Amino acid sequence: MSDYTNYRTGEPLVDAKAPTGPVAERWDTRRFQAKLVNPANRRKHTVIVVGTGLAGGSAGATLAEQGYHVVQFCFQDSPRRAHSVAAQGGINAAKNYRNDGDSVHRLFYDTVKGGDFRARESNVHRLAEISVEIIDQCVAQGVPFAREYGGLLDNRSFGGVQVSRTFYARGQTGQQLLLGAYQALSRQIAAGNVELHARTEMLDLIVVDGKARGIVARDLVTGKTDTYFADAVVLATGGYGNVFYLSTNAMNSNATAIWRAHRRGAYFANPCFTQIHPTCIPRTGDHQSKLTLMSESLRNDGRIWVPKAKGDDRPANRIPEDERDYYLERIYPAFGNLVPRDIASRAAKNVCDEGRGVGPGGQGVYLDFAEAIARMGRKKVEEKYGNLFDMYARITAENPYETPMRIYPAVHYTMGGLWVDYDLQTTIPGLFAIGEANFSDHGANRLGASALMQGLADGYFVLPSTINDYLARNPHTEEIDAGHPAVTEAVAETEDRLNLLLAVDGDRTPDSFHREIGELMWEFCGMARTEQGLREALDRIPRIREEFWRRIKVPGTGEQFNQSLEKANRVVDYLELAELMCLDALHRAESCGGHFREESQTPDGEAARRDEEFSYAAAWEFSATGDAPVLHKEDLVFEYVHPTQRSYA
Amino acid sequence: MKLTLRVWRQQNAEAPGAMATYEVDGISQDMSFLEMLDTLNEELILSGDEPVAFDHDCREGICGACSLVINGDAHGPERTTTCQLHMRSFEDGDTIDVEPWRASAFPVVKDLVVDRSSFDRIIQAGGYISAPTGTAPDAHATPVPKPDADSAFEHAECIGCGACVAACPNGSAMLFTSAKVNHLNVLPQGAPERETRVLDMVATMDDEGFGGCTLTGECATACPKGIPLPSITAMNKEWLRANRKVRR
Repeated sequence: MSDYTNYRTGEPLVDAKAPTGPVAERWDTRRFQAKLVNPANRRKHTVIVVGTGLAGGSAGATLAEQGYHVVQFCFQDSPRRAHSVAAQGGINAAKNYRNDGDSVHRLFYDTVKGGDFRARESNVHRLAEISVEIIDQCVAQGVPFAREYGGLLDNRSFGGVQVSRTFYARGQTGQQLLLGAYQALSRQIAAGNVELHARTEMLDLIVVDGKARGIVARDLVTGKTDTYFADAVVLATGGYGNVFYLSTNAMNSNATAIWRAHRRGAYFANPCFTQIHPTCIPRTGDHQSKLTLMSESLRNDGRIWVPKAKGDDRPANRIPEDERDYYLERIYPAFGNLVPRDIASRAAKNVCDEGRGVGPGGQGVYLDFAEAIARMGRKKVEEKYGNLFDMYARITAENPYETPMRIYPAVHYTMGGLWVDYDLQTTIPGLFAIGEANFSDHGANRLGASALMQGLADGYFVLPSTINDYLARNPHTEEIDAGHPAVTEAVAETEDRLNLLLAVDGDRTPDSFHREIGELMWEFCGMARTEQGLREALDRIPRIREEFWRRIKVPGTGEQFNQSLEKANRVVDYLELAELMCLDALHRAESCGGHFREESQTPDGEAARRDEEFSYAAAWEFSATGDAPVLHKEDLVFEYVHPTQRSYA
Repeated sequence: MKLTLRVWRQQNAEAPGAMATYEVDGISQDMSFLEMLDTLNEELILSGDEPVAFDHDCREGICGACSLVINGDAHGPERTTTCQLHMRSFEDGDTIDVEPWRASAFPVVKDLVVDRSSFDRIIQAGGYISAPTGTAPDAHATPVPKPDADSAFEHAECIGCGACVAACPNGSAMLFTSAKVNHLNVLPQGAPERETRVLDMVATMDDEGFGGCTLTGECATACPKGIPLPSITAMNKEWLRANRKVRR
């Protein structure tokens, strides 16, 4: 047993920025309390924004419109490629355009409950309020949302709610919203208000006199490591799902920016809260590099089943009806195939663990449309799901109109992230985290179509208001000296790390270590977690880390475009983050949302929350690599939505 | 499957490049083309060689990063992105040529990676609607007729991969530019900047060194998102109209 689990509990955390009073007035109150920066003074302030997804792109554009000098970074070749682009389904907003009883309060209520009572009421209410402004903003930018024949916007329903509040652009809502933000950012680049550094990756944070004052970043083309200084730093670098190796995240999405900030003093909250999406295309073999999502909407008409007998390897259409187990319909008759994501994912894992999974390696279940085709006709099914069926056919070379789809759960989103206060400021003054990079709004489980809403709320509306307060209280005084010890130390650490990666010259590739840690995390910190498994993972991770630094092989040099070096450096941080995720999962001896501890379940296998012990956000303070971190608890208070146990049977 | 790959290797923008030949074995038909290249790269790293550099990210056909000319075709034999191309489109024993996008406006960065920032500069020249945050009226204030909204969406689907340029014998960026012009100019929100948008974007496109359009149609054939060829004629009409209007 390593010392790592022997953590200490430090001072509780309090969100000092959130106003009290009626929840519906708190955002107005805070905006009025926040100090402002005179428009003429704004151009004297430089703000660094790292990332150009929905949160970063919208924040960079808006801060530049306000008059700040923005220096923005993305590791992709263009800001338009940030992974927000891949979001399919839609974006929620409490517009009540359908006159179906929706309201800001209902969206607030659904989101707190959907998060299994592990999110802050103040933040979630603000999110619901802002949701309506987001749609207005995006339409004004020319985002081509789906419309009806009368020319008004169309809506659809999503899981876990009883109203139609999801705005969408076919299956490419994320792409269209991202292009809106990218275009707004492009306008500011052309105007000279945003200085963009593409193909440049943040590798460390520079903290001077306790405040975030810049970053260390590497030009991925030349390999040159450089420093950039500012009056505040905003991280919009997304989630850390790629710690699992296989996920629906883009290949290059990574945790380095937030992990390096964590090492510099930013607390990391609820790292074990990960969302595993039930309907993804299963892996086909060891060569698999990533997983592809199939929209949740398919569960409206598809029926999920596996053979009743173990090891039944007959083709699906040769298995008679009475030898099939429609297990979701059997276990959860009230909700059937439309149970929430976490329930559906765990049930699929259980039947596969029993040896009843289908397809290569037995890691899959059927999603069958035969009944829907018989009921509605093939044409109707084509109309509703045609593009998804085509995508499935392209990847698997199977025709889902004739044989059932095979699906399996996959890591999709991380609710945890850097701890932030109501102003979205981390525990390092001057360092802000927005979008998926922070932990704030989704609790232990995110509802569908809420990630886009949160990214744009943070970037367009929340951060541009709250950062004023920090900058007004910390007026630009003197330039940072490149010779300051805090700067030279951060640069030296980064360069030493890269040089060491190049120098080891071992016999294993960066990908082989990434796959190893990913498989370990999937097994022990995935859909179902146990104390024993988490302890085993915590025992093995330091050994993998030790082996990494002994056997890693990175060809080439640091002074060139070197994708192996980029990858190896990201794996270094996964090997530390994985350990914290397991510790967080171990310490939270309850089940809630996406975090399922087998020891904490109801007699019928549902997640059993333990509010009396765990109604808090767990924010971890870094001490040293492999050393126990310090736990700081932020108590969650529910004044408006009272915690209840979920039931779907 | 066992394959012979002939891959363009080029150390950096200044260095000369050449095709290099590699054998790969044990390739599964279920692999994507990029996973086949991953397999090659794992072997290259272990043998102490530098892996082949290529751009890729989402591997779902939406980010537009991947960009390979395969056997002379941008994105290869299927009408999709390189990342969604699978090895079942090839035969055991095939020899496959893999090259970067070839266009003077897309200089090679390394191996199969090119610099497409010229596309970003075309967008910066006018590929947006000026709507600063906080200024928007209610989303339902201006209804948009469904055919216009659908047309805007059809053009907005462009992923900015650059296959149109790579496929064009002239290295023209007309399809890319017209996709954005038509997306925004058809919408009522885009009307106030309609003329300056098309004039400025076309001027920047020319300045960036893209070739002229002779309507060969290769662009629309290579486009993984199906941006239609008439998009170009629609932009030409917009450009002529804008010129007339501005001159007046």
